[in-house]
Amino acid sequence: MSDFSLWIIVKNLLWATQWTILLSLIAFVGGGIVGLVLLFLRTSQVKWLEVPTKLYIEFFQGTPLLMQLFLFFFGVALFGIEVSPWMAAGLALTLWTSAFLTEIWRGCVEAIPKGQWEASASVAMNYVEQMRYVILPQAMRIAIAPTVGFSVQVIKGTALASIIGFVELTKAGTMINNATFRPFLVYALVALIYFCLCFPLSWYAKRLEGKLNVAR
Amino acid sequence: MTYKLEFSALLPYWEDLAAGLWFTIVLTVLSTVVGIAVGTLGASARTFGPKWLAGLVRVYVELIRNTPFIVQLFFIFFGLPALGLKLSETTAAFLAMVINLGAYSTEIIRAGIEAVPKGHIEAGVSLAMSRLEVLRHIVLRQAFAKIYPALSSQIIIVMLGSAVVSQISAPDLTYAANFIQSRNFRAFEVYLVVALIYLVLAIVLRYVLRVIGDRFVKVG
Repeated sequence: MSDFSLWIIVKNLLWATQWTILLSLIAFVGGGIVGLVLLFLRTSQVKWLEVPTKLYIEFFQGTPLLMQLFLFFFGVALFGIEVSPWMAAGLALTLWTSAFLTEIWRGCVEAIPKGQWEASASVAMNYVEQMRYVILPQAMRIAIAPTVGFSVQVIKGTALASIIGFVELTKAGTMINNATFRPFLVYALVALIYFCLCFPLSWYAKRLEGKLNVAR
Repeated sequence: MTYKLEFSALLPYWEDLAAGLWFTIVLTVLSTVVGIAVGTLGASARTFGPKWLAGLVRVYVELIRNTPFIVQLFFIFFGLPALGLKLSETTAAFLAMVINLGAYSTEIIRAGIEAVPKGHIEAGVSLAMSRLEVLRHIVLRQAFAKIYPALSSQIIIVMLGSAVVSQISAPDLTYAANFIQSRNFRAFEVYLVVALIYLVLAIVLRYVLRVIGDRFVKVG
């Protein structure tokens, strides 16, 4: 029977933290790319593009992230497609993130005055050009703060990947707890590490928000 | 290999689903009521309380908002018994949700309180209202009207987040889904149907919250 010192516990948790960070980055970057595509569809004013996008967002915002993970992990495997925890977690978190980012960014796009659309249309720009050269550069400025704020939700969301067996920070905590029987210490440390990851982002998002209010 | 969808495999288990759904609804309603009460106290303490109390509330809010719900739940359910505080699955789930929503609603309600013009508070005081009366009739009433939409969204997020309590074996809707798929091996059908039940629940909850808001919260 080995004796687990505090240092060994911390070292193992920190080792697992890299997977939390990596999964968060995948979800955030992937979700950002998918979200941007969806944003174009959602604000296109073309009905048959908008309606499916709306339904997509409604599904991913209106169902628990845990259910989405289960659907990808247990569900898709039944169709004969091999799904690893990596793939299921990466995919589910990416789609979940994209739905929220699309909605956040749509709000920012809609905050741009109508005159900007009309002016760019009057110089014969098409929809994609309008977005690319006129609307998005302005919308991006107001989008930064809520986007950084949402990244905190993504990091916290990755904790659910532990349930489908993805070994990240929360799963490592559970495994170490099973070996050491020191749940109070282990989960307090896990929470502390999450806090160290999330708090700077929350703080930065808040600061950006304040700056923007002054600029207005 | 082709997999044939067989939704009728769920039918024999409808009672499990109904029981789980009921548990999720009751858990959400109770923890919403208590959580908002905690949030109201927290926000009041944060803006009007003594410095040490405001600081303490702030630490509570930041700690909860920057850690995952599942870790909070595990800490309460597995961690606290080490200190001699043993809780049942349901109590732990309820407590975790109250603490979680309490922190978020503290922050939301605080924003509402800060948006109330100072002159209104002074006007109340000059009418010889007590501090508590000013807080209740002037500050909180206006604050709630202002932040009600944000609070509603947070309640829906908490309801969806409650799926996690299945992990400590609290018998909610997700727990029922896990149970059923372990019996009939129809994971995709079960999780899809349960995800849709959550979706309907979210839509209904949004509607109910809007009706409550129109009836009671609006200042007019």
